[in-house]
Amino acid sequence: MAIEKPYLDIPGTIVFDADQARLGYHLNQFAMSLMNADNRKRFKADEDAYLDEWGMTHEQKQAVVDRDFNRLLALGGNIYFLAKIGATDGLSYVQIVSSMTENDADQHAAMMIAGGRSVDGNRYLHEWEDRP
Amino acid sequence: MSARIAAALFMSHVPAIGVASDLGKTEEPYWKPLFDGMQPARDWIAANPPDVVILVYNDHGNAFSLQMIPTFALGMAPFYEPADEGWGPRPVPTVEGHPALSAHIAQSVIPAGFDLTLVNEMTVDHGLTVPLTMMFDKPDAWPCKVVPLAVNVVQHPTPSGRRCVELGKALRAAVETFDDDIIVQIWGTGGMSHQLQGARAGLINAEFDNRFMDDMINNPEVLAEVPPVEYLREAGSEGIELVMWLIARGSMADLAGGGSPGEVHRLYHVPASNTAVGQLVLENGTVTA
Repeated sequence: MAIEKPYLDIPGTIVFDADQARLGYHLNQFAMSLMNADNRKRFKADEDAYLDEWGMTHEQKQAVVDRDFNRLLALGGNIYFLAKIGATDGLSYVQIVSSMTENDADQHAAMMIAGGRSVDGNRYLHEWEDRP
Repeated sequence: MSARIAAALFMSHVPAIGVASDLGKTEEPYWKPLFDGMQPARDWIAANPPDVVILVYNDHGNAFSLQMIPTFALGMAPFYEPADEGWGPRPVPTVEGHPALSAHIAQSVIPAGFDLTLVNEMTVDHGLTVPLTMMFDKPDAWPCKVVPLAVNVVQHPTPSGRRCVELGKALRAAVETFDDDIIVQIWGTGGMSHQLQGARAGLINAEFDNRFMDDMINNPEVLAEVPPVEYLREAGSEGIELVMWLIARGSMADLAGGGSPGEVHRLYHVPASNTAVGQLVLENGTVTA
């Protein structure tokens, strides 16, 4: 019998559960390796060669090269590990986080100062059906 | 005489708060209201210093990779160094542990049914060091010892609210049988509402957060039954960190037939970077009917 996952109907959200972790293990371990300065240097020098050292899928490698964080989440990435890719690029958390949304970093920071994104209209997938 | 839990504290552990302190930005308009708001808590703890803090927090992919994912990991070490989270280690003091209390907790809590992972060597990330900064500012050495209790709230399933409250009760029993006349505080950290991922990132829910703080004070047994999906939906994907507050709350006297907690400080502030900040100081068992 399938495990019930009531969190699958939250819009704009990928909950990092044990199934996602299974898909993303090597991707997240790759990202974790970027905590080491020598590894960051090698990654920056030749991204493709460095990525080939890890047992990641082609899709995952391409999403890293594209810095497509939403895609990386869908492919099993976890934000705390993925953030280390952003840190390697010299990005702040606000820059990394805003890149997954409709806003740029300045707009995102302004939204936060104004009280953040409201939960109203953002609880269930069906509330997002009309979004472009 | 034995050890006693004098108070439980609850607070967010947003990394940007640590950065603001480390870089001397606390007087800037963005940060000043928050740091001014925390001052009563700092004044209180200066007058009510703990010997040891049992600090409940989560690691954010720094001390622990996905190689191993302990649900509850208790630090056993004499010292814990601040982790390098990718931007260099925070310039804060080494955290001094209390191995004898850690060993006592392990020997009390595991037989009581909580299968802790015991960790002899680990670094500690902003989840642990930012609350110390929030309470103690920038000392040359932290003024108390710390027993770290790291909880997995990164990979789901996380422990339930009920499990966290019950662990808190077991921790209280452990502390109260430790034969050393020391004052202990338990801190539950993380939250409040925030979401760092996906198209819904930036979510804040002040109504949920404030109700959560009300219930944290008055209705912890009700809060214990809130399912994880409600945190995820209402407080954002990273809002699940709030279950860690329930471990600290579970250790308080009223859940074992004693007096109710006395509220001495409550703060709510939006935003710190992407996150809503909450802070509560509750003295243990000081209110009797």
